[in-house]
Amino acid sequence: MKKRLAELAHARSGDKGDKADLSLFAYDRPSYDLFVREVTAERVKEHFKGIISGEVERYEVPNVLALKFVLHGALDGGASRSLRSDSLGKSLSSALLRMEIEV
Amino acid sequence: MKSVRIAGGLGFYGDSWRPIKASIERGNVQYVASDHLAELTLAILQKDRQRDPALGYTRDFAPMLLDLLPVALPRGVKFILNAGGLNPMAAREVLLNALKKFGIKLKVGVVLGDSVLERFDELQAAGVSLAHMDTGEDIAKVRERMVFASAYLGARPLVEALEAGADIVLSGRVADAALFLAPVIHELGWHWDDWDKLAQGIVVGHLLECSGQATGGNFGGDWRSMPDLAHIGYPIAEVWENGEAVISKAPGTGGRVNFDTLREQLLYEVHDPAHYVTPDVDVDMTTLRLQEIGPDEVRVSGATGRPAPDTLKIVAGYEDGVMGQAMIGYAWPDALAKAQAAAEIIQQQMVEIGLKSEETVIEYPGYNSIHGPLADPTYANDLNEVYLRIAVRCADKREAAKLGRLFPPLALSGPPFIGGAGGMLEPRGLLGIWPTLAPRHIIEEYVRVSVEES
Repeated sequence: MKKRLAELAHARSGDKGDKADLSLFAYDRPSYDLFVREVTAERVKEHFKGIISGEVERYEVPNVLALKFVLHGALDGGASRSLRSDSLGKSLSSALLRMEIEV
Repeated sequence: MKSVRIAGGLGFYGDSWRPIKASIERGNVQYVASDHLAELTLAILQKDRQRDPALGYTRDFAPMLLDLLPVALPRGVKFILNAGGLNPMAAREVLLNALKKFGIKLKVGVVLGDSVLERFDELQAAGVSLAHMDTGEDIAKVRERMVFASAYLGARPLVEALEAGADIVLSGRVADAALFLAPVIHELGWHWDDWDKLAQGIVVGHLLECSGQATGGNFGGDWRSMPDLAHIGYPIAEVWENGEAVISKAPGTGGRVNFDTLREQLLYEVHDPAHYVTPDVDVDMTTLRLQEIGPDEVRVSGATGRPAPDTLKIVAGYEDGVMGQAMIGYAWPDALAKAQAAAEIIQQQMVEIGLKSEETVIEYPGYNSIHGPLADPTYANDLNEVYLRIAVRCADKREAAKLGRLFPPLALSGPPFIGGAGGMLEPRGLLGIWPTLAPRHIIEEYVRVSVEES
């Protein structure tokens, strides 16, 4: 069965230069393990096709049941030069929660 | 065991200081550490300074201090702020004058030496490449267009100012969390190579540096569960000699401090959580524990640290064109189709008048301006209203302003039923951000601290 991450997690995004960083938080250990398996850097890169121009790195942070994604080339060159409405990429974390995974 | 209590101040230039008053009045804090500088803020301050060389600091800090001092002074609360921005000396001048006017005697410390643009030739002559730290690009292509460059300093000069008796410390760019680490070191006497304790101090600072983001603001989970955000409390930390800390907020304030609100802030703008590199210590967040110990009380323990880096990060800004933008709204039926038709008209006219744009962004607020290609198209054809927003990057203001002038005629000569034709927005200068590294000794050689009484 497929479920949207929005039903399983919470998230926040931040910005540094042209990079956006997204934290994905599981509510329990089984969900965290599921995210480690399903929400890979490759899938996240594919998900943000058309928004980001670079690679995606993933870090595991099991002590707070979180995955961290760093999206390169995510902000049209960075907040202070971007023409976009969401120049800071504050909403990219909610866009991540649109992703559907197999549960 | 000895401890120190610190209140989180502003999270950015323009943030509210009302919650800080609650932390001072009801949170029993000894220090307020306040972060006025987001990465973007220096770009704003640079524009101020270009207009007037006596500006370049965040102008909210003096009204904020004058409002807070009546409650802070009787309690002996001290302040550490990076509100000096690009011009800490001018900020101090403004503050000293205001304090004198009200007959308040205080010592104001200032930290100088983070502004390094005027030293770029010297740095390059010393063999520092100043290449872009992520892409490796040569600085030559943007060097002429640079308008500011600030190095992220650590907590040492802030501690020095506190040790010289400063009641208020004004700095320019320092690592945000260093604003909080400084009073901890000053009060608890930690050593500069006590890496695990320094790591705990940085984690505490990082948790407190974004005001309401630690206490239920911008919360990406069940945001409805956050009570009374209208009266949100900002985070407060108590840090003990052994490095352990408890995060809380003032009694009677809104928001929440719990595992979820704190872990969202913990990882905010952190890239590799095992190597959160700051000027004072390389922090490993993957070893720490966040433990709810009571209502709105979370214990933080177990962060570990590795030695401080040999380099400091510099963030420079360079002029990168001017943005022209305009908006117009359309009503149901076919709101999106009308906005798209209007975009077609504007694009044809942009070509016909020869508007020179290096980049054009077309968005439809109400439909896809926030999620872009990820927006859900299910109801695209039946939206109540949709706006058209076009933004262009041009070489100068004159060129950028041409875009806005194309919009008003749409009212009578475009698709039907417009609303909110507030169209023409003032063109805005754009700045590219150039992060780079330099050996710390070359930067620190120029760092100075001075303390002056009002």
